[in-house]
Amino acid sequence: MAAAVDSTGETPDSVPGPPDRYRAFIAFVSWAAPGALILIVAVLVQQAGPAISRFGLGFLVGSEWNPVTLQFGALPAIFGTVVTSAIAIAIALPVGVAVAVLLAEPGAQGIRGAMGIGIELLAAIPSVVYGIWALYVLAPWALLHVETPISEHLGFIGFLGGPPRQTSLFTASLVLAIMILPTLSAVSRDVIRAVPRGLRESTVALGATWWETVWRVVLPTARAGIFGATVLALGRALAETIAVTMVIGNRYEIPHSVFFPAYTLASVIANEFTEATGDIYPAALVELGLVLILVTLMVNVLALLMVRSAQARIAV
Amino acid sequence: MTRNVWRRFGSGFAISAMYVLTVLALVPLALVLWFVASKGAPAVLHPEFFFNAERPTGIPGGGVSNAIVGTGIMVGMASLVAIPIGVLSGIYLAEYGVARWASWVRLASDVLVGAPSIAIGIFAYALIVVPQHHFSAISASLALAILMLPVVIRTTESAVGLIPNGLRESGLALGLPRWRVSLQLILPAAAPGVITGALLAVARASGETAPVLFTGFGNQIFSVDPTQAMAALPLVVFRDALTPYNDLQQVAWGAALVLVVMVLVINLGSRWVLRRQIRLAGQL
Repeated sequence: MAAAVDSTGETPDSVPGPPDRYRAFIAFVSWAAPGALILIVAVLVQQAGPAISRFGLGFLVGSEWNPVTLQFGALPAIFGTVVTSAIAIAIALPVGVAVAVLLAEPGAQGIRGAMGIGIELLAAIPSVVYGIWALYVLAPWALLHVETPISEHLGFIGFLGGPPRQTSLFTASLVLAIMILPTLSAVSRDVIRAVPRGLRESTVALGATWWETVWRVVLPTARAGIFGATVLALGRALAETIAVTMVIGNRYEIPHSVFFPAYTLASVIANEFTEATGDIYPAALVELGLVLILVTLMVNVLALLMVRSAQARIAV
Repeated sequence: MTRNVWRRFGSGFAISAMYVLTVLALVPLALVLWFVASKGAPAVLHPEFFFNAERPTGIPGGGVSNAIVGTGIMVGMASLVAIPIGVLSGIYLAEYGVARWASWVRLASDVLVGAPSIAIGIFAYALIVVPQHHFSAISASLALAILMLPVVIRTTESAVGLIPNGLRESGLALGLPRWRVSLQLILPAAAPGVITGALLAVARASGETAPVLFTGFGNQIFSVDPTQAMAALPLVVFRDALTPYNDLQQVAWGAALVLVVMVLVINLGSRWVLRRQIRLAGQL
């Protein structure tokens, strides 16, 4: 009855009929996702209450973290989160865009199809597996072959100074770069695929080589979307917990060098939450979580809107 | 003339550089798989690894049976909640997706995918662990269900969206009500895709550590009581990997291998199912 067309040519959707209870029911069920999101933020705000009222905005700029004197400030953790994510993006961006360009190429798949599956599997590996691998394999290798040479030769630049440590800001960034690469390249690939064929073909028809087509036409057209993909990957990096916790070294201070141990918002919570007693200490940890979730939500919404509008604009 | 040679050479150079970078991106995958397989194999090759519960360091014969069962129970309970809700929401998005509300649901689930899982853990902790005064598998399941939800929603939406309108219209033309068309006609036709999404969500939830840290908490003892603390595979990897004891680190690698094998099987298997689904939908 719902899709039958009446004599006036209107669908009965516009004619008052019996209420569609099924539609109302599944519309109600679909509240779950937005509802969960709102509820999570609300509960975190409520749980962080004691810390918010005690420290106010000073929480965000304080750099002391002392459960004994009940002095809590989030700055070193915010610093660690932002810097690890930024370094990770810097490493992952060129590689991720290259992967995306390659995977978005039209035509025969073959070896590129296999590479695409590989990149997607990279996203499927659990965070804790990256963590144990990074701790026992990547960190010792990076110390020997990356951190030590760099700090020896470029150590005069302040933030590259030594002596480097196995578990450091840099090691954490390296793992993060690996973990966000699939997000970055998958979303960029979709945006690049949305670039109209005609645009490519007319460039080639004008005599441009493959590289000139990609560099002068395809990438500039997809630029806004790739930027969105990068921001989305940034959101993933900010939110990552376990792998980072295992290799960042867990020292609550702003390090002088990227080769020194540090801390991130998520890893402070992961390490200390079960041990926190009293009122203020757990509330301060929840407030770290609140800062984290609010920032990642904003970053994600921004990124999704950018990717969507870029795709819509390109496709026209 | 030479200029054109240079241009062609530059283009060839650029394309090979991109291949090199892509291979470089895959090196970590190969390394992770290789090290997890080789370091985990010695632990996994003992059958008691799958039949014994965890044991303290120094006592031989420790296994992860408690963690495998624990992960199974917690993810199972989470699935019971997340999959029906996710599937219905996904159907809503696919069938009534033009409504303004639908775009909010879509945005919310995309954002939820990227929400920090540790914050979701705090949420479950505050909601269930705090009132109960002890850790429980149920609270972990709540956190995992929230993580699974967006994955199920979006994969269901795309699977249902693949079903051609003709099927919908022929059902309606036969006089079936909307709910029967969508649940008894469309959903079975989209089943492979929907099941794929559910399995991917299960794989994601099984590997998550952060939301289980202070909800399920972990348990050295074999336990199937959902109101008590329960072990989980990712927790075994996380905690044992950070101990200084060789035998426990060994268990951690073994547990990591179990996780990786499970995730790989689900991902590669679902890719195969999905390809069939797209072919079948094309025939409808």
